[in-house]
Amino acid sequence: MPAHLEFLDLTVRYGKKKALDEITMSAARNTVLAIVGPANSGKSTLLKTINRTIDFITIAKVEGEVRISGEEVRSMPNVYALRRRIGMVFPLPVGLPLSVYDNVAYAPRRQGIHDKAQLDEIVERCLRDSVLWDEVKDRLDLLGTRLSGGQQQRLTLARALSLDPEILCLDEFSIAIDPVTTMKIEEVLTRLKEKMTIVLVTNLTQQARRMGDKVAFINDSQLVEWGDTNQMFNAPVKEITGRYLNGEFG
Amino acid sequence: MPSSHPSSNTPPAARKGWRAAVAGIADSIEKPVEVLIRVCGWSSIFLVAAIFLFVLLGAMPVLPKIEWFGEHAFFTSTEWHAKDDHNPSYGVLGMIVGNFAVAAVAMLIAIPLGLAAAVYISEFAGSTTKEWLKIGIEVLAAIPSIVWGFIAVTIIGPMLQKYTGAQWGTNLLNGGIVLGLMSIPLIVSLAEDSLRAVPDSYREAAMALGANKWEVVRRVLFPAAKTGLVASCMLGVGRAIGETMAVLLATGNKNQIPDSLLDPVTTLTAAIASEMGDAVTGSDHMASLFTIGLLLLIITCAINLTANVFIRGHKKKGAA
Amino acid sequence: MNASSNPFSPAAYELKKQRGMKIAHWTTGAIAVALLLPVAWLLWMITVRAWPALSWDYITTDVRSMGAEGGIWGPLIGTFYLTLMCLIIVAPIGVLAGIYINEYAPDNALTRSIMVAVTSLAGVPSIVHALFGLGAFVATMHMKTGMLTAAMTLSVMTLPVIITSTKEALSAVPKNFREACWNLGASKWQTIRTIVLPNSFGGILTGVILVIARAAGETAPIMFLGAVLWVPIAKSGAERLAPYGINDQFMALSNHLNLICKDIPGMSDQMMFGSAFILLVLILSINGAASVVRSRLRRRKRW
Repeated sequence: MPAHLEFLDLTVRYGKKKALDEITMSAARNTVLAIVGPANSGKSTLLKTINRTIDFITIAKVEGEVRISGEEVRSMPNVYALRRRIGMVFPLPVGLPLSVYDNVAYAPRRQGIHDKAQLDEIVERCLRDSVLWDEVKDRLDLLGTRLSGGQQQRLTLARALSLDPEILCLDEFSIAIDPVTTMKIEEVLTRLKEKMTIVLVTNLTQQARRMGDKVAFINDSQLVEWGDTNQMFNAPVKEITGRYLNGEFG
Repeated sequence: MPSSHPSSNTPPAARKGWRAAVAGIADSIEKPVEVLIRVCGWSSIFLVAAIFLFVLLGAMPVLPKIEWFGEHAFFTSTEWHAKDDHNPSYGVLGMIVGNFAVAAVAMLIAIPLGLAAAVYISEFAGSTTKEWLKIGIEVLAAIPSIVWGFIAVTIIGPMLQKYTGAQWGTNLLNGGIVLGLMSIPLIVSLAEDSLRAVPDSYREAAMALGANKWEVVRRVLFPAAKTGLVASCMLGVGRAIGETMAVLLATGNKNQIPDSLLDPVTTLTAAIASEMGDAVTGSDHMASLFTIGLLLLIITCAINLTANVFIRGHKKKGAA
Repeated sequence: MNASSNPFSPAAYELKKQRGMKIAHWTTGAIAVALLLPVAWLLWMITVRAWPALSWDYITTDVRSMGAEGGIWGPLIGTFYLTLMCLIIVAPIGVLAGIYINEYAPDNALTRSIMVAVTSLAGVPSIVHALFGLGAFVATMHMKTGMLTAAMTLSVMTLPVIITSTKEALSAVPKNFREACWNLGASKWQTIRTIVLPNSFGGILTGVILVIARAAGETAPIMFLGAVLWVPIAKSGAERLAPYGINDQFMALSNHLNLICKDIPGMSDQMMFGSAFILLVLILSINGAASVVRSRLRRRKRW
């Protein structure tokens, strides 16, 4: 039984510059893989290779493999089907210029779900899971773009959950969200782990420690090391890992 | 609540059975739609090629019969008697001179006024004044060519006759005035665009050094926006040369090399428009009009392409 | 206190500079305003001289005696159908072409040549479009000169207008909306249909309206492609509202004005100015509609 998500010798170049250099790691089903590292070290690029949105960056060249349940993503015939299997939350909050309800119902509707009761159920569940429900339940017809930054961030999360993804990728989701809400979302994520595999890119090492089953440290386009959370924080192999995780640089 | 949802622990392929099917249909129309969009996207290339092709094809029958070199050749003679079946002569010098003369008069009027107005709108005017001026310029731009021609015949012509004693009201000057007024909106809006494209940091830097607004315009904006301004003037010229109806009515349509501003002239466009009605399909006369069209097409395309090279070079420099 | 003792009083050269700026300000301003005065005056002149002709009857009566008597019903309805037909042909093609250029086209030489083609097409003189229409549709495809050939020729001419405005309207929609949809597994076309087009509708509509104005006002491309001085029109019934068949020769307002002021000697002042006035009001109000749409749009931001 292969790991749910695998990177094999994954190298990405932007022109001449290497954004990722021979990354090899994997995440088992229903675990959280936390990825930490300084800014611009290639973490977001890594997420883009999973749902192949890297294809939109014309200068990007991808070598190596990304596998989901053993299947190489670039050999999949239907890229849209691939993307629907993966929930993706990028750090820039984007509320689509639709109502809050339509924002969340967007992807299910594209999938052919038009039954009102079913949509209502999905919208409420996703908004609850992204800890936004209580704030917007009375104004679901408000434009998504009118929400505050933090609310839009959670709306993005709700949209990502609307397709019941098997892998959920979060890229610094807490950047625009207050600590209390962040903790609530973390609780939800712990529960969602029952249903999906989570890849959590974060620059908060404590978040990685709380959430991660495994932690990977990426620095300067390279995977320095990765392993069990306890081992990474308590007995890292490389000295630089310990210094980063203890907040000595970043 | 999670229990009400389809189980997610089953493998992805088996999951979401009918949903995946519906999504598959939606994905499958993607390709044909993209093909349709692509074909439409390429349409302008097809059309430009087709225009050149069909105008060339139309001109073809008469091309070997036209004298291309010598004293009384196509470009050196003013004798245009294409209607004459027995002894036709094809000389477009008069039309070319007329065309450029009208365009030159038009630009003498339009360029200084247009640039001044653009400077005022982009640098000096308050926001309300700006709005009103823009509306006025839009009105100017919206007046159809044929209405300009009508104005030239019925209003400007008689005025010229009255105040200059010209024999004909429709003449080179009249054409130039009308065409100048028609070209102003284009020049104003393009020139304003290129002035606005100069980053505000330039203005602020010059102001910080103690320059006032006029010095900023003269010493900073004009040099920085130079290529854009030149390009907008060239596009104005291109438009002026290709203009048909207004010129047809305003210039008096007489094939001669003008001695003065008050002489009637004709242009390539007006010659086609005025003779086409009489030309018999398939005749050499018809083909000779297509030849003029081909010449016109080449001239205007050359001007527009050069102007666009200017603009593109300018944009690249601005981005860097 | 005299000026020289005040350290903040402007020096002589500074005063001169300030004067220079004032002069520039007022000169350019005066020119900008002066540009509009002749236009206002010309519009006024046309209105005054058209006034005696204007009445409801003038609009609803047929052209009689080669335009010397009667009204302009035939040309007016002809312009309406011509413009409508042109729009039906050009709007879908132009909008899809704009979508291709802004959403699909890769950044390569082919795309750049498409853009060059669009600007070249916009620069082709209108009389050359007439030649193209004659050469391609009439001589080669053996179509009759009439409503359809004229509308097709106008469509070729107005295509770049609609492409350019569509492209601009689409590029005003932020890129991250598209990315958000792609991340949800929406295809390119789904994203365009559900997010991009609804949010650029106003801009595209503005382009469409500008095409209407352009097509309704243009003369050169239609004058040899089926627009004529007079065709008989039914006196009553539904055919009075739809008097032309798709391949019939037709009357159009712009060409009507062209013919009566150029080719018919001794035309009465008021009949000519009447047609010019109606054409002008028609075109200006279409353009006005475009401006209203645009300013509405600016006020109602959705993000």
